[in-house]
Amino acid sequence: MEKIRIIQGCVANLHRDNLDTDTIIRIERLSTVERSELGRYAFEALRYGKNKEADPSFPYNQAVFAHAPILTAGKNFGCGSSREGAVWALASLGVRCVIAPSFGEIFHNNCFQNGLLPIVLPEDEVESIESLTGNGEALTVNLEAQQILLPNNKIIDFQMDGRRRDALLEGRDDIEQTLMLDEQIRAWQTQDRQARPWVWLEIAKKQ
Amino acid sequence: MKARTLLDKLWDSHVIQQYENGWALLHIDRQLLHDLSGTASLNALSSRGLGVHNPELVYATPDHAVSSAPGRDAFTYETGGKLWKRLHNLTRQENIRFFDIGQQGHGIVHVMAPELGLVLPGLTVICGDSHTCTNGALGALAFGVGSSELAHALATQTLKQRKPKSMRIRFEGMLSAGVTAKDLILYTIGRLGVAAGTGYAIEYAGPVVRQLSMEQRMTLCNLSIEFGAKMGFIAPDKTTFEYIKERQYAPKEDMWDQACESWDTLSSDADARFDREVVIDASKVGQMITWGISPEHVIAIDQNIPDVDESLDDSVRQARQTASEYMGLTPGAPLAGTPVDRVFIGSCTNARLSDLVEAAQVIQGHHVAEHIKAWVVPGSEVVKREAQALGLDVVFKNAGFEWREPGCSMCVAANGEVGQPGERIVSTTNRNFVGRQGPGVRTHLASPRVAAACALAGVITGAKGS
Repeated sequence: MEKIRIIQGCVANLHRDNLDTDTIIRIERLSTVERSELGRYAFEALRYGKNKEADPSFPYNQAVFAHAPILTAGKNFGCGSSREGAVWALASLGVRCVIAPSFGEIFHNNCFQNGLLPIVLPEDEVESIESLTGNGEALTVNLEAQQILLPNNKIIDFQMDGRRRDALLEGRDDIEQTLMLDEQIRAWQTQDRQARPWVWLEIAKKQ
Repeated sequence: MKARTLLDKLWDSHVIQQYENGWALLHIDRQLLHDLSGTASLNALSSRGLGVHNPELVYATPDHAVSSAPGRDAFTYETGGKLWKRLHNLTRQENIRFFDIGQQGHGIVHVMAPELGLVLPGLTVICGDSHTCTNGALGALAFGVGSSELAHALATQTLKQRKPKSMRIRFEGMLSAGVTAKDLILYTIGRLGVAAGTGYAIEYAGPVVRQLSMEQRMTLCNLSIEFGAKMGFIAPDKTTFEYIKERQYAPKEDMWDQACESWDTLSSDADARFDREVVIDASKVGQMITWGISPEHVIAIDQNIPDVDESLDDSVRQARQTASEYMGLTPGAPLAGTPVDRVFIGSCTNARLSDLVEAAQVIQGHHVAEHIKAWVVPGSEVVKREAQALGLDVVFKNAGFEWREPGCSMCVAANGEVGQPGERIVSTTNRNFVGRQGPGVRTHLASPRVAAACALAGVITGAKGS
């Protein structure tokens, strides 16, 4: 996983509450389109009109914001379906950081598995970012310092779980780490087989 | 000892390693794999050269991308066929139980897993599917994850999770005749708002829950994620035990007694403290239906669509306007009487036997309105066979419904089964998001009874009688 330290660039404003993962990426696309190509289909219903023409008011259809690495959103961004493809679609679109007042929980978890930085800020601070970056002005997000540098040189601090921040900084994947605890996991399981034998079904016979 | 909530008991008993800030390495007792996320996570694992830690705790079935057409096979929907094949081959390679289409045990994951006795009280259950919370109805800590987290669990039989806050929702009073668990949870989401459960694990309690059947409890827990809660569960009781007993993978004989003894301890202590407590008066709940594009956009069928006026907060007004526009509805106008194009009865929310029985009672001896296209998609092969044994397939077919094969079908529209742009569908599913059932499709969520009544009338209407 790519390490995150500094993210710098313009901000696409999608300020709308409860943008669900179905809207971020239609499920059909996940079984027919390569992961790296999903960006073309991100926010399909919002981005294109009834006749598939690009809606010029949608930020990712505008030259300035077409590659915006930072996205601001409304409350409960990424609610709904657990599809990790929503994060892949954003990543494929070039998004590296999403700033919103709150997130859907599974989407929020999925971001950390893919090196996408979700930042929670109070609504008024998200709005102030939006008002300062409407013409393509750049933000600088410093994950290590947990700070956002605004175009007017003001700084906004943000909170983040330390464990998660460190994993993003190091580009770390949990699987390797957990496998190092395998002896402990197996010891727990041995005890559990005694305590809760009904949990432990037989291994299926080879089909 | 400090009084503990059911969440504390379910959580603490699975902690292998405790970290700071509420993080823990949890043992996972069951993984359910379906053809989208299950295939993706097995692919991810094999590309890293990792094996499955405990294949005996993993169960797979193709539900999302398989056709539901009568007489279908795995390749009727070609794209789904490719996923089916990968899931079939990878599970065989990893020695994971695979419940194939046409076999007893096949179905929507959250229908087939409880049905087989794979989900039991006190277990941790995950699936790459947000409606995994459905399984909490049996007193399990069940939650949806993405495919990376699922791969982690397959490789290690554990997950790193942060303990959620606890919320108890007590349903007091009594449900009125003809009002179901679906109405109850839609009403609750309307009251609390679509993000009220984010960061919480929900325990559903109170006298109304105690009287619900297991299948109704599954409907209740199924919609937890629709107000943001990854997990929602119910303390197991006699109803739970009776449901589980004798199921294929449930413990038998001495082990059954031993299990019941342990499951008896799975309830919140009388003086346990919750981070949030909510009380809902169930007697106030009517037959509900959504009007907009979020499950919180819900009203009783005889109510008007919420008005949009200057007194509202900007974001609420905008959201309502956007929703009414998408849905082709007028704010402030009645919803009842709006013409409907299609009716869909199915999904992990409402496609169990009792759901089909309820819908069949409404339509028995009647016929759907002339312009209505109506589908029934049973939740599993077992549900299908049991319904057929009761003659329900004949009732539905005589009424003009299509009687189809089990799977997710139009709930998630991942199998090519979509509505046409602009079509209005009354659906017993769980999400009315923009384009969920196909681009431009307008979805109204409701109970099986209400959906059946709408099919007959051809317009949005409530179901008569109880």
